[in-house]
Amino acid sequence: MAETVLSISHLTKRFGDQAILEDLSLEVREGEVVVIVGSSGCGKSTFLRCINALEDIQGGEIRLRGELIQSDRKNLPELRQKIGMVFQSYELFPHLTVLDNILLAPVRTQKRSRQDAREEALALLDRVGLKEKADSWPRQLSGGQKQRVAIVRALIMHPEILLFDEVTAALDPEMVREVLEVIVNLAEQGKTMIIVTHEMPFARAVADRIILLDDQRILEESDPETFFTDPKTDQAKKFLQTFEFSRKTKQRLKSPKGEFP
Amino acid sequence: MPDLGLEVLWKGKNFVRLLGGLWVALRISLIAAGISIVLGILLGVAASRKRSVSSAILRIWLGVIHIMPQMVLLFLMYFGTTRAFGWNLSGEVAAVIVFSLWGSAEMADLVRGAVTSIPAAQRESAEALGLKPTQVYRWIILPQAVRRLIPQSINLITRMIKTTSLVTLIGVVEILKVAQQIIEANRKASPNAAFGVYLTIFVMYYLACRPLSLAAKKLEKRWG
Repeated sequence: MAETVLSISHLTKRFGDQAILEDLSLEVREGEVVVIVGSSGCGKSTFLRCINALEDIQGGEIRLRGELIQSDRKNLPELRQKIGMVFQSYELFPHLTVLDNILLAPVRTQKRSRQDAREEALALLDRVGLKEKADSWPRQLSGGQKQRVAIVRALIMHPEILLFDEVTAALDPEMVREVLEVIVNLAEQGKTMIIVTHEMPFARAVADRIILLDDQRILEESDPETFFTDPKTDQAKKFLQTFEFSRKTKQRLKSPKGEFP
Repeated sequence: MPDLGLEVLWKGKNFVRLLGGLWVALRISLIAAGISIVLGILLGVAASRKRSVSSAILRIWLGVIHIMPQMVLLFLMYFGTTRAFGWNLSGEVAAVIVFSLWGSAEMADLVRGAVTSIPAAQRESAEALGLKPTQVYRWIILPQAVRRLIPQSINLITRMIKTTSLVTLIGVVEILKVAQQIIEANRKASPNAAFGVYLTIFVMYYLACRPLSLAAKKLEKRWG
């Protein structure tokens, strides 16, 4: 069995009095792709943000290859270099070109030579089909292109694990595929990833394990086939139903006066 | 054609003297602007953290500067400190101090505003890449903040240049004082000198401030 990359034990996260995550434990092994699904506001994104200490946690611990991730630790920046994160809204740096967006972290934090990092950046851009955009500005790119640049920016750090936070949620439908294909490709290369998504066919294709987050905890955890064909809990069935459409649901949504309730 | 009294300018060294006066005004405002930019960035970055000591200091400081006419500050610094503390500041030094106090406070407020207007997600995505907090400021926050700052800080500097006309009241011989001396000295020979001399000053101020706003426009375009 592959080595554990990330281990989360008894994680608790609250915003004030409101519990977001309670006593949540999860292990991710090398080369594994874990997909997290759940209804909006169930804490999926917060969970990802806890992993690289963008959120404080109120209990439990998170370890990357045994090293504790904690917001007040001095070695946090170094640990974060090993955790690649891609955000829903891309968050490219608008004042830097595509190439400089990608080179900033390897050159400034890993002290790699610009020449060497540049070669790798161009090779990675080529792989996501954006080599000719190296000298463009972020504002000149489409959403899908921005997101692919953001993925390259995370990849060039050679992270131990990649976190994807609803990376296609802000994209126009026709651009979703070009981004998801890049991620599927990464999965095939054996990258370790945690993916939060609403794209169910993608989840089914890319995941080694699917986790349903609901009610502040892991409600269901199984391989994708089982999850989609034979969900164990009622909540999982209900969740999967929200992605199905039929004349019957349409009727059900209609209130007596013909308006949506 | 009415007599605009422009011929006074070519008498003796009058034109050169006016230029010298302009230089005094520019020197005061540019030194003060330099100090204000450095202090303003330091204080502004510090004050961008909510509920910090520096943000409280900045609020009080700004409050005082905003309600005080610059002239009162000048008198306080020049005449007041001589009596109260025995400081013997020259008019020009007093002016530089007052303009720096004013400029730093406004600059700091501009910097604070620009820094806090950078979306939190920009900072987070830089942190997620493993940049240390100082690196996040150096490479992500400040470069973006400076771009947003340029128009207002140029405006501040031009306001400073204009306001130097007040320092004549604490005995600094700057352009306006030189003008009054020239007009006074030529009262008999050219009674219309006032119009010509002040018109010249108008043009000089314009020429001094115009390059700044042109530079600002250029930078804005380049960074659009």
